[in-house]
Amino acid sequence: MSLDRSQQLELYSRMLRIRRFEEAIVAHYPVGHLSIGQEGAIVGACMALRDDDYVTGTHRSHGHPIGKGAAINPLMAEIFGKRTGICKGLGGSMHLTDTSLGLICESAIVGGGFPLATGAGLSIQVRKSDQVSLCFFGDGAANQGTFGESINMAAIWKLPVIYFCENNGYAVTTSVAASHGQPDIARRADGYGIPGVIVDGQDADAVYEVTQAAVDRARAGEGPTLIEAKTYRFDEHSNRLAIPIRYRSDEEIAFHRNERDPITLYRARLVAGGLAAEVEAIEAEVTCIMADAVQFAKDSPEPELSDLTDNMFSNPINFPVTREGIFGDA
Amino acid sequence: MRNSTQKLSYLQAIVEAQREEMRRDERVILMGEDIAVYGAQSLFDEFDHSRLRNVPISENSFTGVGVGAALTGLRPIVDLTIASFVYLASDQIINQAAKLRFMTGGQLKVPIVVRTSTFYNNRTAAQHADRPYPLFMNIPGLKVVAPATASDAKGLLKAAIRDDDPVIMFEDINLWGKKEEVPVDVDFLVPIGKADIKRAGSDATIVSVAGCLLPALAAAELLAREGIDVEVVDLRTIAPMDKETILASVAKTGRLVIADNSHKVGSVASEIAAVVSEEGFESLRKPIQRVATPSVHIPYNQALERQLYPTKERIVAAVRAIL
Repeated sequence: MSLDRSQQLELYSRMLRIRRFEEAIVAHYPVGHLSIGQEGAIVGACMALRDDDYVTGTHRSHGHPIGKGAAINPLMAEIFGKRTGICKGLGGSMHLTDTSLGLICESAIVGGGFPLATGAGLSIQVRKSDQVSLCFFGDGAANQGTFGESINMAAIWKLPVIYFCENNGYAVTTSVAASHGQPDIARRADGYGIPGVIVDGQDADAVYEVTQAAVDRARAGEGPTLIEAKTYRFDEHSNRLAIPIRYRSDEEIAFHRNERDPITLYRARLVAGGLAAEVEAIEAEVTCIMADAVQFAKDSPEPELSDLTDNMFSNPINFPVTREGIFGDA
Repeated sequence: MRNSTQKLSYLQAIVEAQREEMRRDERVILMGEDIAVYGAQSLFDEFDHSRLRNVPISENSFTGVGVGAALTGLRPIVDLTIASFVYLASDQIINQAAKLRFMTGGQLKVPIVVRTSTFYNNRTAAQHADRPYPLFMNIPGLKVVAPATASDAKGLLKAAIRDDDPVIMFEDINLWGKKEEVPVDVDFLVPIGKADIKRAGSDATIVSVAGCLLPALAAAELLAREGIDVEVVDLRTIAPMDKETILASVAKTGRLVIADNSHKVGSVASEIAAVVSEEGFESLRKPIQRVATPSVHIPYNQALERQLYPTKERIVAAVRAIL
């Protein structure tokens, strides 16, 4: 099954929104871990999901809500730490979580999302719903214990979960070759008795197709799938991180930027398909969306101390803890 | 019916609490290692097995699976069996369950109950016998309960299951067989965050933490024979702490002993002592005494192990020291 033209344009728009969102961050509020270079994998996967399907993500969080179609203003305001942010300025760059679109956690503990996505799958199964749960994770996370523990449980119980690896080649500076016994993370699926699929993460249509197949399988009650999208991080691990060693060559980075940019590749495909005018309209629209979002974020108020206590508990008991308020000093 | 009771052990009360809440709310599920054999057999006879999950030995992940299910419409009870295993699951408890509501600006609820048992005084040695309540009372966003009677175990567990926030319940295996009359009303709840005066008195206050209720009451009995009238406050909920009840008792008696079987440094007793020092200092006629477990590991040898926890004798001595 493949995407129709309007869906392909939406896919392009979402990839471009991630790219322009992060370029705006670099220009106006330089924090965080950028997904630039990985947009094809993220959006290709999200296009196979419904709004009510669950997603868990990672510290490299910006792409996931945008890929799921989230409104940009609350995401940008969150980057700026503002009260109008999607998490009221309490979560920030590593945790852009828009629960209205099924996102339940962007975990900055590497591997933290595996159990949560699996638990969402369990919930779907117990409630006899036809939703699915998709777990984005990186190549580094595959070396956490939660990877095997969680996939094993999903396999035993045939949970509707898609484990989706954005393999960008490096865990901070440590290459896949230096940290994995064999280079294909998807091959580990065999150890849990589930399908494992490798896909070119820079080809968004191809990513969509394998994800859709895994989603169909999950909705049919046939259990989880492990997908590994081979992708590439164009920028450093983190926006402000000084890397004192050369862990990848300039030629390697240049190759991916110049030859393997998922947005450039997808744009060429759309233009070749006769959609040049639509593509240009999307580009103009996305530029406006980001300008508006930056202005919205700049104009928004800061959170208050009371927001800290107000968001601790659903059912506060004896709280704040002291009669003097949050600090409790005499 | 409303006021009737049935005689149940502490462990039976816990099973009944789960049964009643699973009947009441189909979103309640139970997960744990070997639960089909230990603890929940009768629940397997009654409920759809999709709600009862025997899990592989993957503590961190099955606890996180419970958290994920809690975020998406269920109300899971995760049985972590033995409190020393909680460390394995502490990443999901602390970094996810406790923080997700806050980190998402209040978008999420995390209605999970983590049950675990303190397996001490039972020749289980240093990797099974921990009583790690203080670690978890130091985590904002968690509610921590530690009942010491069958009725409190039932009522607190039911309240925890109905609560929309993550709750850890520490159960005490030394109390598993203790029987008492337990209310049968399906809406019998013990409020989280409320201590209970188990014995009224005017000469000194003993605040007991978790399973220390029994030696505390025994100490009070012994002292009563000498005409010393001790009040025993069972803390029941460790976080959020019921400061009001403790401070009111100390205001009455002027003397405070805290019996806590966790290790003394940074213990629950330490926090209670700090609160009373800050907010009830004027009431104190003598220094606060902490009777706790010394900061050594739990040995296998039974004779050595028994000396480590707060005993009736150590509590009596602590009260005498401040009379």
